[in-house]
Amino acid sequence: MSDPMGFLLWVKGPAFDWALAIFALGMFARLVEIFMLGRQVNYAEPKGSEWGPGFKTVFTRTFADPGTFARSPFDVVLGWIWHIGFLVALLLFIPHIELFKSVLGLSWPGLPNPVVDAITAITVLGLLLALWHRLSSPVKRFISTPQDYLVWAVTFLPVLTGYLAYHRLINPYPLALGLHILTVEVFLVVFPFTKLTHVFTAFIARWYNGAIFGRKGIES
Amino acid sequence: MSGLSKIGVIVEDDGIGPAEWGNALPILHQVRHALRKLRETGEPTLIDLRAMPFGPGDEERLVGLLGRGEVEARVEALGPTRIWETAYPGVWLVDHRNAQDERRALHIEVSTIPAILRSQDEDIADALIRLDACIASDSGAAYPSPTDV
Amino acid sequence: MAERKTLNESLRERGVSRRGFLKFCTVTASLMALPPSMAPAIAAALERARRPSVIWLSFQECTGCTESLTRSFSPTVEDLILDVISLDYHHTLQAAAGHQAEAAREQAMKDNHGEYILIVDGSLPGPDMNPGYSTIAGISNYQMLMEGVAGAKAVVAVGTCAAFGGLPAAGPNPTGAVAVMDLVKDKPVINVSGCPPIPEVITGVLAHYLVFGTPPELDEYNRPKVFFGQSIHDRCYRRPFYDKGLFAETFDDEGARKGWCLYRLGCKGPSTYNACATMRWNSGTSWPVESGHPCLGCSEPRFWDAGGFYEPLSTPLIAEGPTVAVAGFAGAVAGGALAAMAKKATAAAVAQRQPVKVEELEQSLEGQP
Repeated sequence: MSDPMGFLLWVKGPAFDWALAIFALGMFARLVEIFMLGRQVNYAEPKGSEWGPGFKTVFTRTFADPGTFARSPFDVVLGWIWHIGFLVALLLFIPHIELFKSVLGLSWPGLPNPVVDAITAITVLGLLLALWHRLSSPVKRFISTPQDYLVWAVTFLPVLTGYLAYHRLINPYPLALGLHILTVEVFLVVFPFTKLTHVFTAFIARWYNGAIFGRKGIES
Repeated sequence: MSGLSKIGVIVEDDGIGPAEWGNALPILHQVRHALRKLRETGEPTLIDLRAMPFGPGDEERLVGLLGRGEVEARVEALGPTRIWETAYPGVWLVDHRNAQDERRALHIEVSTIPAILRSQDEDIADALIRLDACIASDSGAAYPSPTDV
Repeated sequence: MAERKTLNESLRERGVSRRGFLKFCTVTASLMALPPSMAPAIAAALERARRPSVIWLSFQECTGCTESLTRSFSPTVEDLILDVISLDYHHTLQAAAGHQAEAAREQAMKDNHGEYILIVDGSLPGPDMNPGYSTIAGISNYQMLMEGVAGAKAVVAVGTCAAFGGLPAAGPNPTGAVAVMDLVKDKPVINVSGCPPIPEVITGVLAHYLVFGTPPELDEYNRPKVFFGQSIHDRCYRRPFYDKGLFAETFDDEGARKGWCLYRLGCKGPSTYNACATMRWNSGTSWPVESGHPCLGCSEPRFWDAGGFYEPLSTPLIAEGPTVAVAGFAGAVAGGALAAMAKKATAAAVAQRQPVKVEELEQSLEGQP
């Protein structure tokens, strides 16, 4: 473990196993809890269906409504940019697709490396800009908690270290790759216990919102 | 080696010809730079082709592009060394081979004449001694030359 | 102390001219990956250099490194043995055997005490392991190594086994094999890793030692930077395909035949440092990637245990399926238990609910700001 290759083999081996196990345990606990607690019984007569409008909202809430956009265009646009960039770097980079193939058995086409590289650079800048805005905007700074900064850090570091490893800016390469995988493992371990669960719960919440409207018979 | 040549090797040509790996062109630029330097300052340059990240066929392509000129020479010392001037005067190829005629080093030498072709001081001093002995001896018998090892 | 001729003297005795000597120096410069302009400096050094005594110890090895060396042509092995070094002991190559061979070794070590180069290939059982796992003439590897190191000027660990433990040290390492550098702390150790190393790399390192009398500049694994300073990935002629995202998916598919990048077939080029991509094998004939096979990473520590040779570099080492399933199940149980407890608490609270009148509520609130 004290040399670069030993470090890489440790993070790719037992550390990854542990991180994935903690992630699975935490997320399953969260989700089962949410679904089992369920919703309050609604005794009113349903005026429409829940499911169709529910799923519709899952997709339509992707786009901010005009009021939200008018109030904070910076947040909406920047959020789009770095979220999409993050997903492209995670899901459309061919070495990552190989990783998913080995863990899940699924694979899909990817983008050429220079495209992903450019998008990753934009994502890094976007995340830095998001932090700057959180620190400089008085309202955001006032309502920010330590967890907000922690989550920013565990999200930013994998993108940064991935970029550094790809460009071999840290030598030797086993150290660079090991750091990248380690930051991902930290992300996975922290995930179920912070607001990062929004990756799953946002879609559940959107469905619930749509379902409520649908049951009332109004447009979702 | 003879046993191996009896094994029938079938080469399938699927129409995908040798790709251009693009490693010959940068060396040509290097050669041009060196040739210009030779012309302007008289300073020779040696380019060692051993440690180049060539793809298959790149080295052959480069040597083919450089072509052959008017001069060809062969040195017999610790095995043959073949030297030839390329189609571009001032640009020489020096192919060092060992006694089994296996290539040991391949250099592009940009110079008026490759260094290995020059006679060395030590050998000239040696030659004087031997020539004196040859002239002085009655029979004028030839002494063993360095190539008889 | 045996009187050794300088290299120049022994070549001239064989009738090699100054021109031939310069050819030798030019080829040696190329071999050491030094610029050809250094040939005169090398000539000057070789003129003074006395052929060092070399003792070669082979331990838990497959003899691939010796095979690799005997395939090296520049200089030829005969030249190397006769002219450049004095190979005083090599139990595979030498004619003597048995006690005579061991006596020759001991004599050479005594005669050249403090001056000889010790070359080791193969890993060896650690000092706390049963010495019977590997012995030569009844002497344990560990003892032979320590005796050899005592009078050596430097130690060259040839091959990944000697440099890092290699195959014998791969899981479960039944003999407790360790690397030379784990045991030798008081003498310079140069690691020439590779399974086997490229022949010219072995002879290049020896030539460097002969010419300059010091080891070449070493990296964090004690490998000469001149040969191990660049990764395969950074020198691979297929790199443009990696950069463009053109990969071979299986062996002999269209991409493979077009010579595309082998990352998806398990190439460890990005994390491997060696000279294969530039110097290539069999005197520059080809190398694994050029032949269509992904790099194994054979010059890196623990490469045997670093994931499958045909698994891409980005994949984890351990099978994940069962672990995730078990952890997920445990999580579901935990979450379910929490939810069930919460529901039970809510139901209990509802059962014990006391109704409150509006007036009572207003009275209790009046006292508050």
